[in-house]
Amino acid sequence: MQQAQFPLLSMIIFLPAIAGLVILALPANRREWIRWTALGTALFTLLLSILLYIAYDAESGGYQWVEGPIPWIPGLGASYFVGVDGISTPLVLLGALVVAFGIMVSWNVEDRPREFFSFIMFLGTSVLGVFSSLDLFMLFFFFELAVFPKFLMIAMWGYPKTREYGAMKLTLYLFLGSVISLVGVLAMYFAAGKNTFNMLELEQAGFPLAFQQAWFPVVFLGFAILGGIFPFHSWAPDGHVAAPTAVSMLLAGVEMKVGAFAALRVAIMMMPEGARAWAWLILILATINVVYGALIALVQTDFKYVIGFSSVSHMGLVLIGFATLSTEGLLGAGMQMFSHGVMTALFFAVVGMVYDRAHTRDIAQLGGLFRKMPVAAIGFIVAGLVSMGMPGFSGFMAEFPIFMGAWQVAPVVAIIAVLGVIVTAGYILLVVRRVFFGEIPPALDKTVGDVSTMDKIVVISLSAIMIALGWFPQALMAGMIHSGVQRIVALLGGA
Amino acid sequence: MEPVAFQPSMILAILPEIGLVALAAVVLLLDIAWRNRGAARRNLGWVTAGGLLVVLALTIAFARPADAPQLIFGGMLRLDGMAFVFRLVFVMGAALTALFAMEHEPVGRHGEFYGLLLLATLGMNLMAASADLVMLYLAIETTSLPLYVMAGFKTRDPRSTEAGIKYFLFGAMTSAVMLYGFSLLFGLTGVTNLYAMAGQITAGTLAPALPLLAAVLVLVGFGFKVSAVPFHFWAPDVYEGAPTPVAGFLSTASKAAGFAVLMRVLVAVFPTQTAELLDWRVLVGVLALASMIIGNILAIVQKNIKRLLAYSSIAQAGYMLVGVAAGSELGAAGVTFYLLSYLVTNLAAFGIVELVGRTLCSDDLDAYAGLQRRNPNLALALLVALLSLGGIPPLSGFVGKLLVFGAAVQSGTLGIVLAFVGVLTSVVALYYYLTILKIVYVQPSAPDARPLPVSPPWRVALVVCVAFILFMGTVIGPWFGLSTLGASGLF
Repeated sequence: MQQAQFPLLSMIIFLPAIAGLVILALPANRREWIRWTALGTALFTLLLSILLYIAYDAESGGYQWVEGPIPWIPGLGASYFVGVDGISTPLVLLGALVVAFGIMVSWNVEDRPREFFSFIMFLGTSVLGVFSSLDLFMLFFFFELAVFPKFLMIAMWGYPKTREYGAMKLTLYLFLGSVISLVGVLAMYFAAGKNTFNMLELEQAGFPLAFQQAWFPVVFLGFAILGGIFPFHSWAPDGHVAAPTAVSMLLAGVEMKVGAFAALRVAIMMMPEGARAWAWLILILATINVVYGALIALVQTDFKYVIGFSSVSHMGLVLIGFATLSTEGLLGAGMQMFSHGVMTALFFAVVGMVYDRAHTRDIAQLGGLFRKMPVAAIGFIVAGLVSMGMPGFSGFMAEFPIFMGAWQVAPVVAIIAVLGVIVTAGYILLVVRRVFFGEIPPALDKTVGDVSTMDKIVVISLSAIMIALGWFPQALMAGMIHSGVQRIVALLGGA
Repeated sequence: MEPVAFQPSMILAILPEIGLVALAAVVLLLDIAWRNRGAARRNLGWVTAGGLLVVLALTIAFARPADAPQLIFGGMLRLDGMAFVFRLVFVMGAALTALFAMEHEPVGRHGEFYGLLLLATLGMNLMAASADLVMLYLAIETTSLPLYVMAGFKTRDPRSTEAGIKYFLFGAMTSAVMLYGFSLLFGLTGVTNLYAMAGQITAGTLAPALPLLAAVLVLVGFGFKVSAVPFHFWAPDVYEGAPTPVAGFLSTASKAAGFAVLMRVLVAVFPTQTAELLDWRVLVGVLALASMIIGNILAIVQKNIKRLLAYSSIAQAGYMLVGVAAGSELGAAGVTFYLLSYLVTNLAAFGIVELVGRTLCSDDLDAYAGLQRRNPNLALALLVALLSLGGIPPLSGFVGKLLVFGAAVQSGTLGIVLAFVGVLTSVVALYYYLTILKIVYVQPSAPDARPLPVSPPWRVALVVCVAFILFMGTVIGPWFGLSTLGASGLF
């Protein structure tokens, strides 16, 4: 494996955290300095991750931009070891993207902006670190680094009525998941007996069958809680709804992928026999995710809860893709992680823009907003089409391979999941019609204005990404993800 | 292992202890010399902390362990990694406590307070190095007696005197039970040296139940020192009543001393049995289980932050006992790392409690409402301390927890059970730590938001604590190396 000539990945990981520290040291009343430092760093990080994405060579595949292993705790074999493959490169891009756009939609935060922009940068480092880790200790380190920014950002800037409950529920659920996985990971470390946390070596450890069968569900479910797996999903809607807009975007858009990614990277890739033995359970739970999440979204009266439950439903598709353990399914899951991340970030951004202007999220009190904020409305519709899996949008390119994969292993899962997508179309169309079309309530007619330029940039960029991916999936992403999937399938012992 | 014959160089090995005695004498003499100069007597804190820094330097320069552990002074003391690392812990804890105590009205201007602090530290140093039952008992009492007085130092405050009496009564009782255990050990083996005793017990001529009975009795005394359930009843009342800096010292250095002797005696004297139920590791595992569950659950309902920290410290003792119950070198290294981390973390937390309690005259959780708006940096320091207690990276508490749970998972089925209970109760613990942070960051402050004045010594101590929490949590290698050095002295 070739060492990177330039520490691009380390810069992407640590720049946000450094900016977070710098912001904390700035005087609290210098709002301009604070937010420009945050945005400048986030955009630069985004630029670097675009470079990383372009420079990734999908032809040769494997881990690239590798740095390390540099010993961190020599006695335990933990090291600083980063690198990206075809699965994680798009996720690094996604993380940098959502952090930057999250800052842009929170441009006008009034209450304690210093802490807000600082904490969001730490959250950025946490997710980017997890996606790039090639060392299990490091993965955990970054995984749990997210605890305090998540909690404080929801509790401090969230929706006043539910923020304390939502913040606590989300944080404790996710901490519970991660510590359960931690025990499993420690068991793997000692069972391998190699005195190393190096994931590439642990993949080759060849854990005994009985060990894999016993510990796979522990590690997988622990991480999958953060991926929103049924029946441990209820933190997601409550937490997302209580959070301020930028944090909802990051939580649903990126953090849920952190959970899914870790479940794939640690549980499935290191214990393939365990994955085979338990795939049936994941398929069942994930199918419930898809259908149940969509049905609950259908009956919500709160605009933001609709999107909150739609995330539960869509993450179910990612988990179905994983559980097929096939090339098609994993390819679709990889695409879906990126596509859903962008889509749900856009959803939450628009929900936030509507709420900031209308001061209500009750669907019954909204209406006709298309005329007031056309760009935001079109953005929401684009995201809606993605979420329905319309051809020509990124969602189709993600969901179609998942259904193909599911059909091969369990046709009934594919059929039920497709039904879930039909329900999705139902709730999306319903919400779009009620919120953006029809009569505008007189109270809103006077008060609601158009979104800001910064908001428009966010909406247009995110929409453009999803449309571009829908038209040129192979060139833009599928080729890269395919190279990553091949490696996973090889580990699984398939062709 | 045979004691080494006396050599003058042995004096070097106890240079830190000689330094502590000399420093105590200097502090007491200065106290007399400054009898009529009230303002100057506050500076006794600087003298104490500065002197302890010298002692720290002496320890590192002269009292480093030899390549192989040595029994010195006729087998009374053992010069090894364990004794070395724990001395650093105690001396550092005492120095930070002296700085935190300087502004604390009831104690800060009394030379005898600093003198007692130094004598207690002397006792702890000897506890960590003792290799003989007689020496061990003397060291434990040398530690305990000054601590009893320190807990009751506010003689005009009934809660403080109650704390002192309660601590003394509990301490005396558990000490008596422990002494009975010591006498059984002596009766069974005919020797008082721990390492000579180990040979007698492993020789296998005794019924395995007899040493176990002695182990149970001895554990009563050590369990009291580390405040493990069911010997924890004193902790909440004493922490609440004692002057806050003393509570901080009790919860960190004194607990560390308890763990040092606990590990040394259990590992050195009692063999790990093949018949699992007769194994001391099961005993310790049960204490760990009870401490983690009861400490964390009772902490949730506390309204007073000192009581909350007391229950949290009971739970933390449980996590450390998980590492002890692993009975391995990794476990002992984990406990040592955990104690190093816990020292700076809990001292930081108690330091902040001291400041808030002193300025707002309240230790209730409600007093912390809106602290972030009063002093953002202070709130950030509290955030660092509480999250480190909760085991969140990049703070030192994360590594400590990872190490003890790792050692537990390595040790087998009992350990895996302990690790699962440990991580599940950590979630409970995170709940109440986050509740405090919620009060600090989210709730609005009282209308009479007085500023919180921070004095130089207090600031120095807090900055040192926070820096160590971050440093140990990110640059982990050297600290883990130090902990391994400590653990290597046991095995």
